[in-house]
Parts: sequence; C-alpha cells; structure tokens
Amino acid sequence: MNGITLELFVMQMFTGLALGTVFVLMAVGLSLIFGLLTVVNFAHGAFYMVGAYVGVFLMGVTGNFWVSLVLVPIVVGTLGLVIERFLVRPLYGRGIDYPLLLTFGLALVLVELVRIIFGLEGQSFDVPEVLSGAVNIGVGYFPLYRLFLIGVTSFIVFALWLFIEKTSYGLIIRAGARDPEIVRILGVDISKVWLIVFAIGTGVAGLAGVLAAPMRSVIPDMGSTVLVEAFVVTVVGGMGSLVGAVVAGMLVGVVVAMTSLFWPSLADLSMFVLMAVVLLVRPQGLFGQKGLMG
Amino acid sequence: MNMSNLTGTITKNRVLVVFAFLLIFPFLAPYEALATDVLIYGLYALGLNLVFGYMGVLSFGHAAFFGVGAYGTGIAMVHFGVHWVPSIFIGILMAGLTAMIMGAMAIRTKGIYFAMVTLALAQCVYYIVYHMGELSGGEDGLTGVSLKTVDLGFTTLNIIREPLSKYYLVLGFVMVAIFIFSRIINSPFGSVLEAIRENENRAQACGYDVKLTKWVAFSISGLFCGLAGALSAIHLSVVPIESLHYHQSGLAVMMALLGGMGTFFGPFIGAMAFLMLEDIITTMTSHWQLFLGAIFMIFVLFFPRGIWGSILHWISRR
Repeated sequence: MNGITLELFVMQMFTGLALGTVFVLMAVGLSLIFGLLTVVNFAHGAFYMVGAYVGVFLMGVTGNFWVSLVLVPIVVGTLGLVIERFLVRPLYGRGIDYPLLLTFGLALVLVELVRIIFGLEGQSFDVPEVLSGAVNIGVGYFPLYRLFLIGVTSFIVFALWLFIEKTSYGLIIRAGARDPEIVRILGVDISKVWLIVFAIGTGVAGLAGVLAAPMRSVIPDMGSTVLVEAFVVTVVGGMGSLVGAVVAGMLVGVVVAMTSLFWPSLADLSMFVLMAVVLLVRPQGLFGQKGLMG
Repeated sequence: MNMSNLTGTITKNRVLVVFAFLLIFPFLAPYEALATDVLIYGLYALGLNLVFGYMGVLSFGHAAFFGVGAYGTGIAMVHFGVHWVPSIFIGILMAGLTAMIMGAMAIRTKGIYFAMVTLALAQCVYYIVYHMGELSGGEDGLTGVSLKTVDLGFTTLNIIREPLSKYYLVLGFVMVAIFIFSRIINSPFGSVLEAIRENENRAQACGYDVKLTKWVAFSISGLFCGLAGALSAIHLSVVPIESLHYHQSGLAVMMALLGGMGTFFGPFIGAMAFLMLEDIITTMTSHWQLFLGAIFMIFVLFFPRGIWGSILHWISRR
C-alpha cells in the first residue's frame, strides 16, 4: 500500500465518479424503460454503440463537437421511436420475456449494420480543444473532460427529474408506471407515453455512447460490455428506480476505480461482487420496491 | 392412423425417435463435423430448455456452464493429464457446481430480474477464467485438448481421421443425456416445473417449495450444458474464451426458441436449423449475424412457438 496518499485516493474517487457517469446514464434509460414498459432492453448497449458511431459520423460532417452532442440523442431517440412503434409494440401483453428476446435479436442486427457501414476497425473520437487538458481541483490535476462528463450527467439527470416530477406530462408518466390501466380509462393514450419514454431512454443511451467515445474505443462491439455493466448497476440500484440508477451508477464507478487502485487484478470482478452482496442482503436492489420484481 | 395418434406415438417413444434420427443424421448433414456440432449444441439448448421451456424462467447465463464444462474437461486433460473419460465427468461436475452457486444467488430474484442476474453472474465467470493465466490460456483460450484415438476394448476409434467415429462417440454421451432428460421431465419433479411455469404463486400455494425446485432445476440444467461443453472441448480440441461470453448464452436461447421452447424435440431442431442455416449463409456473406438477428426477431414476433412448436400446434388444431 506504499505511495497511496490521501490526494491519490481523492483523485481516484473523482475518476470513479466520472466512470460512474456512463453507468448512470445507461442505467437511467434502462430503468425508465423498464419502469414504464416492463421491457428489459437488451439492445441498450447497441443504442449506446450507435450513439458513438453517429457521433463519429456527425463530427466528420459538421466538425463541431457541440452540434454532435445535441444531435446524437435526437437521432438515436428517433431510431428508438421507430423501433418501439413497429417492433416492440406488437409484443405488449405477450409476456415479459418476448420484448427482451426481440431486443436481443435487434442488438445483433444493429451491431452488424454498423460493421457493414463503418467497417471493423475502431474509430477515433477526439476530445475537443476546449475540453482537453487538466484542471487543478485542489488535490491535483484532473482531466477537464471527465469533469465535463460529471457536469453533463448531473444536468441530464436533473432535467429528467424536473420533467418527470414537475411537469404535467411527467405526472402522466408516473401514473402510467403505477397503473397503466387506470390511466387509459382516464382517457390518456398510454401507448404514446410508452413511445416517448422508449425514445428518451434510448436517446440517453446514445448520449452516453458519444460521451464515452473519447475515453473508450469506438468499435462495433463496445455495447456488449456496457450492457452487462448497466445490468449490474440496475440490479444494485433496483429496477425501475431513477434514484437507484444514479446512486448505484456512482457507487459502481467508485468501487471499480478503488479496486483498480488497490487490487488492479480484481477490478473487472469488483462490480459483480458488489452485485452479489446486494442480492444476498437486499434482493430487490438498494432502492427497489418489493412488488416490482414479480 | 390419424395425425394426433401419430404425434401420440412419437411422444411416447420420443427417446427412440431421436435415437433413430440421430443415427442416420450424419448422412443427411452436409458434413460430419457439422452433424457433431448439432449434437453438442442440441444438448446445450436441451439443458437450457429445462429452465427456459419447461419451468418458464429465462436464463441468460448458461454460457457459464457450457464454458466451465469445456474448460474443466480441457484443463484436466491438458494440465493434469487425466484420462478423457474422467475428464468429462470433472467438467460436468464443475459446471454443476457453478450452476449451484449461480442458481443460489439468482433464485433470490424473480421474473425478469433472473435473466439480468444470470447474465451478469456468467460474465463474472468469464472474467475469472480470463484472468486464470496459463491454466486457462486467458484471451487465447485453452489449446491442445487432444484426443486422437479411443480404445473401446473390441476396437480402436481414430477420431481425428474419422469424423464419423467422433460423431458416434459424441452421440453415445448425448443419447444417455437425452434418456435421463426424458425421465426427468416425465417425473413428478418435471410436473412441478410445468406448474411453476403456468403459475408460480399457485404452485407455491399447492405446497411445493418453488425456490428449491428452481434451484435444483437450474443446477440439473447446468449439468447437461456442462456435458455439452465437455464434448465441445473434445470435438474442437480447443476451448475459446468466447464460449463463456453471454453471446454464447444467447445461442442456446435462440436455438431453444427457434426449435420450440418447452418441447422435447425443439432444441435439437433449433440447433439443426440454426447451424445449417449458418453454414449456408456464411458461404455467401460474412454478415451472418445480420440474418441471424433478423430471423430471430421474425420468430419472436410471428412464430413464438418455434418450428416444432408450430408444427405441433398446427396438427392439434386439425
């Protein structure tokens, strides 16, 4: 344990939080979609990957990082919209496994389509000039881009919270999560709500992809690891809980960062150990409700 | 004899029907190695079908049992010089042990959580084996699982030179497994599995220990998949690390659904359709995964009963 100072510890903490932002964004989308549609989106990693590739493409066309950042969630969300409408919707009422199986097949198709269009080699996606470099955060120099990630994620989570808790449309979403039947009887077209929620969830996954692109390599398979990580976070946080997704995402990020500091060889495994502990102590997840699992 | 009588006769003698078909199968398949793959993957999907089809619980973690079975057998043979027959049983037992541990954790969750938890736990096994260094070969996989000749006492099979002998060697193991499987789903235990699938709460109310049954079924299912993995190690003489990846779990799920989940012949028909289609399409294009994904989505949307399930449904409606 020589050479591990308090400064290094705090720095690693920040690295963990930055790592956690991607987990948070992925888990928030996954949880939102599950909470409303009871669909486990196995293509969530594929949407993340598509987001990164759309980002690479838009960067090539516009040359502007900010434009890409705004357009990616819109493009990926629109793709999600189309997929919910034509592929997922026919499966409602046919049992909870079918949408999951469908999105598993969809992920295979999306990955292969990207391979056909962009090829097998990894694409590079550079951090824009303004966000490169490091800033002093009191305990040392920290990469600016990672601080930016923490900022953007906080903003997105806050915006989602405002939308769901404080707007009248959010009220419909919350009511739909509790009892879609009653909402329908009250004259609300619940399928439209589901469509929009699926689009938001996949759009946020696309955003996570483009945000992660400069840190992780952009390859067609990049979604498959992140899907597992998002599942772990969702299980730890509790399915269908936004607070759970945020807290668990940050927690998993910090746990992974800390294990890679103290026991590098166990870094890959640490999040699964955390999940196993949560399953043993609190199977419904940290913020999950007991009834939601059935 | 009308159609429903015919299906009745087939169901009653299903093990014999499968055996008769698999005996002549290598002469129908394009080549023997593919036929052996069908045996191995059919068994793999059969194992998954016990929990997915009969008990109605979707697991996305069965690659762990296939992979551990393969690695267990391979490591015993390569690093410890164990004879191939006990090696296979070592592989099966280790797969069963993995299933018991994973199952104990996964049954704490219900419904859709199960798929996610089994997937994550299987991925954990992937990382463990990945980091085992020389023992597992890490990223390169385990190589050198060589079984050249098999001495049966009265004759010696040269399974490297004669792919047909290898097929019948594998078939011997697969047939024993199919026989045991058939007995399991016919037993009272098998009926409890179906009761859980139809209505978990009612099964619980009837006094069955649902959690224990799930755990036992999950573990047994792991044994079958472990045997499939062990046979695959001998068939390929290598164990790629990908055999532990969750895409491998997806293969079993896809084969079971393609053939018809919850049916006895479904997994083998699914494996056969899958592997033959793959064989044809990969000669034409390198983008097999695109077709696979699309075909699978079409089945989920329009033919959720699978090939064999749809045929059965069609016959029973007439």
